[in-house]
Amino acid sequence: MKNKKYEAIVEKHKPEEKRVQHAGIAFLTGGILGLCGELLLEGYTHLFDLSRSEATVYMLVTFIFLASLFTALGFFDKMVSFARCGLLIPITGFAHSMTSAAIEYRKEGPVYGVGSNLFKLAGTVILYGVVSAWFFGMIRYLLEMGG
Amino acid sequence: MTHRYQNVYIENYSTVCGPYEADGPLRKNFDKIHQDLYCQEDSWEKAEVHYLKDSLKILLEKSSLEKEDIDMVISGDLMNQITASCYASLFLNAPFLGIYSACATSIEGILIGSTYIDSGKIKNCITACSSHNLSSEKQFRNPTEYGAPKPKTATFTATGGASLFLSNKKSKIKVESGTIGRMIDFDQTDPLHMGAVMAPGAADTIYQHLKDMNRTPDDYDLILTGDLGLYGKEILKEYMMKTYKIDLSKNYNDCGCMLYNYETQKEVNAGGSGPVCSALVNYSTILKGLENGTYKRVLLVATGALFSPTAVFQKEHILAIAHAVSLEATK
Repeated sequence: MKNKKYEAIVEKHKPEEKRVQHAGIAFLTGGILGLCGELLLEGYTHLFDLSRSEATVYMLVTFIFLASLFTALGFFDKMVSFARCGLLIPITGFAHSMTSAAIEYRKEGPVYGVGSNLFKLAGTVILYGVVSAWFFGMIRYLLEMGG
Repeated sequence: MTHRYQNVYIENYSTVCGPYEADGPLRKNFDKIHQDLYCQEDSWEKAEVHYLKDSLKILLEKSSLEKEDIDMVISGDLMNQITASCYASLFLNAPFLGIYSACATSIEGILIGSTYIDSGKIKNCITACSSHNLSSEKQFRNPTEYGAPKPKTATFTATGGASLFLSNKKSKIKVESGTIGRMIDFDQTDPLHMGAVMAPGAADTIYQHLKDMNRTPDDYDLILTGDLGLYGKEILKEYMMKTYKIDLSKNYNDCGCMLYNYETQKEVNAGGSGPVCSALVNYSTILKGLENGTYKRVLLVATGALFSPTAVFQKEHILAIAHAVSLEATK
């Protein structure tokens, strides 16, 4: 049971978070990132004469490389602090979470450090990504059987 | 539980801080500033050891102490197994007590040291503590390069090492009394709002201290909590008034609100935290104030949130504790 009087005091002194502003920035930066992805996609298909699905892989690899590079150079965390989910939700956030963990634990060595901590943040995304992919794959399969 | 001490004095003190603390308003008061968060070491943990060791070395120099003169070392920090304290104290080769009460560690050290000295079992002791913003981030939160966005109520772990030399020889500052705090559970679960976790702990200890000593806040020139931050400070003031009818509006402040410049250092959010936060402010500024007559009597209340990520993930509440010591300028 919570101490209601105390909770009321805590609530009273809680600062307002600028949720609308944060969401707006995330929406815009995420959107710009999507636009860049589309431009890269178009560029790769025309430049290297690739199919759209092949070019998608190239585009994702480009983003992963850049996010990891910027993390290693030490300024991606500042970009994340500004853009928040605009950079964390796309593939850049995934790459960033792995690179930052790798950098953080490199002093504990390749096995106990990098090896066991690389997926510290990304592990959750992979696990539930695979589980939900299976789940939605099953739904699609059942719908197609029915249809 | 409050004890009076007859014969305990603060002979000397030393503070070493990092770049963020040096950008704050107390810059000129610190003994040494390391602009490099790594301190030329290759990990955050080793850097924290470096900060604490530097502060111990400066303390020895300032008080012209030989290692052999030290009867006991009491130290604590935030790292698992209080690693920084152990490694930093190694070179002193003195009897060592490792302590932990999160951000209330500095005062816990003073309480233990004072009790030993007052009982006559030892003549002097060093109490020390440290914290490092990035070793804490690594241990308690995310990898440091991750830079996860934080709410305004989050606090910023201070970087540095601070030590104190307590002795039975009369000096300008007397440790007059001390109150050992209790474990306080107010059902708080948000590790990004430690002010709300710790305010009831501070309130309980301040109330107990004033009751045991039969005093009011007016008997002190200054009452200082450790690291409640902007919002925790306001919570404490209102909670004290409503629960105990004790008015803290006149002579109360919080070390977490004094260490950084809120205008230019937006990354600190609600303010400073960590064991060394209150120690940096108290040892660099408040003790000097007692020496030069700005204050006659101050009550230092260090507040600790006993935050264990494991316990919180297992749906436990975050417990709080606060320890207090009252310091007086000797005549």
